[in-house]
Amino acid sequence: MAGISVVLPSVLQAFAGGRPVLTAPAEQDVSVAGVLDLVAAEYPALSRRLRDETGTVRRHVNIYVNGNEIRRLQGLSTPVSPGAEVLIIQSVAGG
Amino acid sequence: MGCMATAESYVLAIGTKKGLWLATSPDRTSWSVSGPHFLMSEIPSIGIDTREGRTRILVGVRSEHWGPTVFHSDDLGETWTEPEHGAIRFPSDTEAALERVWQIHPDAEARPGVVWAGCEPISVWKSTDGGEHFELNRGLWDHPHRDEWGAGFGGAAAHSIVLDRTGEKVHVAMSTGGVYRSLDGGSSWEPRNKGISAYFMPDPNPEFGQCVHKIAADAAVDGRLYAQNHHGVYRSDDDAESWESIAEGLPADFGFVMLTHPRRAGTAWVIPLKADGERIPPEGKLAVHRTDDAGASWKRLDAGLPQAEFNSILRDAACVDAAEPAGVYFGTRGGSVYASADEGEHFTEVVSHLPDVLCIRAAAVSPVSAPGAMAAGTAGRA
Repeated sequence: MAGISVVLPSVLQAFAGGRPVLTAPAEQDVSVAGVLDLVAAEYPALSRRLRDETGTVRRHVNIYVNGNEIRRLQGLSTPVSPGAEVLIIQSVAGG
Repeated sequence: MGCMATAESYVLAIGTKKGLWLATSPDRTSWSVSGPHFLMSEIPSIGIDTREGRTRILVGVRSEHWGPTVFHSDDLGETWTEPEHGAIRFPSDTEAALERVWQIHPDAEARPGVVWAGCEPISVWKSTDGGEHFELNRGLWDHPHRDEWGAGFGGAAAHSIVLDRTGEKVHVAMSTGGVYRSLDGGSSWEPRNKGISAYFMPDPNPEFGQCVHKIAADAAVDGRLYAQNHHGVYRSDDDAESWESIAEGLPADFGFVMLTHPRRAGTAWVIPLKADGERIPPEGKLAVHRTDDAGASWKRLDAGLPQAEFNSILRDAACVDAAEPAGVYFGTRGGSVYASADEGEHFTEVVSHLPDVLCIRAAAVSPVSAPGAMAAGTAGRA
């Protein structure tokens, strides 16, 4: 099974047991929301840092599917194929 | 370098825009400061719970990237714990998301384990397990006024929670919603703002909508409350049924802080700011003001404070401890923290050059070892 790779920034790896990459099982396309639901089931403290209680991706969290930011695609409905990479990066912002 | 404190130990938790610092002292005059904890996250709320034979520090933590959460430590910050699913989460039917935890308030000694929280969006929460999990107060959340409550500049939050001995009477304050009171332990709520002006509204004497900055209860007089408003300092002697001005004698009626003595009737502290256009200590001279007669007169207290200070002091950036005499503490948006071991007569600087101080809380604690503590004034990474 190809699976989907979820690549985490270093500051979030502590909330995923120290792992830099998680692998979500997938035999067919799933949505980004579906991928994040799989993450949430195993790592709720990580999940809370990506999405709020309403399921909305936090404002300064950027999620890329194969290098394309999902806000420019179909948001959380963006399909992710087996073998694809979901990359999570925090915005470069603040002071 | 560690610091072994004695039986007469005090802990001072300092929440800033960029992290938490902890200070310990044997005498409330010399301090050892450690930190930062949660570097690059703001700490908008702290509760120190000394009930049940332990010292639990609860902190609201908010990251611009990763959102808000609540951590607690039972070993003075050596380790921190976060409930896996979060301590405060809006139920799905509310379609709301937690923005910031503004207040963490342990209940009375008689109700161990009960901790209250005030949050943004405007909401009140109650925990019965020492602050590890909170339940939304539906009475206030479903209040018909909620759509009309405004947002102060800092956000729409329940920022003050005042509890009485019985557990039945609860007052909350919110900017710009005013003061609300429950007489049934939080099941139902009514606005209680009579006598408080809201000069910025079409009706300057509305039922609700006042911009209250902080409320506090007189520990020794049942039914007596004090309020610092956006212009206006008030006292109520009838459980907030009515309020009267006690601003006469102060150099300004604006400010954010309202503190009351842990035991003595009629004693309260404010830190006036010149407003609206300036929002600095009047004439740039920092001073705490204390009343010992429930607001009939005020005494200026500035011994040990800098001659010039142009930063403001936020509503939770001040506190008292329960020692005898009571300690008074506050921090500025310029990152200076001051402590008084004699009710404000004399202050010493605990630390300076921190990020903006958002909140501080102090408590007398059991003998402790503060890991990573450093000499006062040299705070850095622990």
